[in-house]
Amino acid sequence: MKPFQYLRPKTIAEAISMAADDPEARYIAGGTNLVDLMKRGIASPTKLIDINHLPLKKIEHRYDRLRIGALALNSEVAKHKAVVTRQPLLAQALLAGASGQLRNMATVGGNLLQRTRCSYFYDLALPCNKRKPGSGCGAEGGINRTHAIFFAGNGFGGIEKSSCLAVHPSDMCVALTAVDTVVVVNGPDGERRIQMKDFLRLSTQQPELDTNLGPGELVTAIEVLDNAFAKHSHYLKVRDRASYAFALVSVAVALQMDGGRIWDARLALGGVAHKPWRYWAIDLMLRGKAPSEQLFREVAEHEMESAKALEGNAYKIKLTSNAMVAALKTAAGIS
Amino acid sequence: MDIDHDATPPDAENEARRFFLKQSMFIAGLSMAPADLLQAALAPEDGPVGNAAKVKISLTVNGKRRRISIDPRMTLLGLLRENLGLTGTKKGCDFGQCGACTVHVDGRRTLSCLTFAAMQHGSKITTIEGLSSGDNLHPLQEAFIKHDGFQCGYCTPGQVMSGVACIREGCAGSAEEVREYMSGNLCRCGAYPNIVDAILEVKMEGLKV
Repeated sequence: MKPFQYLRPKTIAEAISMAADDPEARYIAGGTNLVDLMKRGIASPTKLIDINHLPLKKIEHRYDRLRIGALALNSEVAKHKAVVTRQPLLAQALLAGASGQLRNMATVGGNLLQRTRCSYFYDLALPCNKRKPGSGCGAEGGINRTHAIFFAGNGFGGIEKSSCLAVHPSDMCVALTAVDTVVVVNGPDGERRIQMKDFLRLSTQQPELDTNLGPGELVTAIEVLDNAFAKHSHYLKVRDRASYAFALVSVAVALQMDGGRIWDARLALGGVAHKPWRYWAIDLMLRGKAPSEQLFREVAEHEMESAKALEGNAYKIKLTSNAMVAALKTAAGIS
Repeated sequence: MDIDHDATPPDAENEARRFFLKQSMFIAGLSMAPADLLQAALAPEDGPVGNAAKVKISLTVNGKRRRISIDPRMTLLGLLRENLGLTGTKKGCDFGQCGACTVHVDGRRTLSCLTFAAMQHGSKITTIEGLSSGDNLHPLQEAFIKHDGFQCGYCTPGQVMSGVACIREGCAGSAEEVREYMSGNLCRCGAYPNIVDAILEVKMEGLKV
C-alpha cells in the first residue's frame, strides 16, 4: 500500500479545509470499501482524512423528515426506533446488506459513496473504464452474469452508450431511491442539498465518477421525508446464497393504500443498473387501482420492455419481473 | 491534536525493499537459528510495513491501556497480531469477507482487517484473548467444545467473538436468526450446524455473555 498522510480533524470546517487543495485526499469513515480498495492498489489516496470524530452520528426526526447523520452506523440506523416505525423500508434494506460486522462499521455516508463495481474493476490485469478511463470494459463480452440490464435511461441510449456495465451494490440506496430522500453535503462552497435521484450517476459519461459530489465535498447527513408508506413497504433481495451476498436483483416497494386501493406507489430496483433504478411510471400505472397479481404482472412487464440483457444475464429479465411482482404482492398484502 | 507527522515522509518503497531484503536474509538463516534467537528476531518492534510517517495512538486492548506509534497503513489486525503479539485473532482473507479477524471495538463486532489501527485512537478493543478470565473459558467457548463447533479451528476465534456479539445484540433467538446474523463468519470445514447449536445453547440457557 502506498504511504499516505493520516489526519484526524475535529470539526467539519477543518475536515473540508484539509481536503480542499488536494484532489488525491480522501475522507474515511467506516473504511469497509476504501480500505479494501487501498489494499488492492485500486485506490491510493495521498491524504486520508479520518472523519470519525466529527459530530455527525445523530439520528432524529425533525419537522417533516428523518435526519440521519452521515456517520450513523448502518447497524444503529437499522434498529433506531424512528427508522423502524417511520421508514421500515430503509431498516429492511440495511439489514439485507453485508454482514453483522460490516454493518457495525459502515456508515450511512460511506454506504452512499461506496464504489459501483464488478470483478473487472478489481482485476488490475484487465481493462476497466471506471478504474482507468478509456481502457475498455472487461465485462463487455466477458463474464457479465451479475451486470446491468438497464442503461442510459428509457429510450435515451443503451448498452452502446454505457462505458461501465457494473451495478451499484448498495441495498440502502435502493430504498432511499424509492422514497424522497435528500443528501446533505458540505464543501468549500458551503452546504448544498442533492436529491437522491441526482446523487448517484449512470455511466453514459465519465464512468470513473459514481456520484455527483464535487471536489472536497463531504456528505454530512441524509434526510428522508415523511411519507405514508410505512404499512405497505417491502424490500426483496434475491441473491446467490441466503445471506451476505450482493443482490442479483432487489426490489424496494412502497405503497400508500386506502380502502383496498393504491393511492401512491414507488418502486426502485437494485442490481440492475449503474445506480438504483427508479421505476418512474409505476405511480401513474397503479394509482386508484385495486392490487392484484394480474395488475402487478402487467406493470412489471411494462418496465422490463426497456431492459436489455447482456450475453450472460438474460435470466435477470425474468427474475427482475418476478421479483417486482412478488415484492408488490407482499407490500400490498395480497397472496 | 496529538498526532505527529514527519514533514518529509521517507521513500517508503525503498524502505519496504530494504525490509524485504532483510526479511529474506533472515528467512534464509532460519533453519540454523537457535530457538531463543528466533524468538527475539520474531518479536516485532515497528511492524512490517516500512517506515512511513508514524502516528501516535492510545487505545485499550483487553483492559490494558496501550500507547503506540504506528505506520498509518497498519490495520488493527496487524497491530494486534504483530505489535501486541495477540495472535488469537486470525488473518483469513484480509479483505473483510471471511470474519476470521472479528474483534469487539467499543462492544461492537468489527473486522480488524478492514480498519486502520490509527482510526482506533481512543477505542476499547476486546480480542479472543480478553474474552475469558484467566483459565476459565467463556461459556460460548465451552459450548463450542461441547458441540464440536470447529474442525481445523482457524475461523473459531472470529466465530466466537461474532457469536458473543450476536447473543448480546439479541439476534440469537432461533437457528434461522443465528444463521442470518452469523453469515459474516465463514467456516470452510463446514462446522456451521454445530456452531449454530453452540450459540443457541448459550442463548437458551441464559448464561451471561
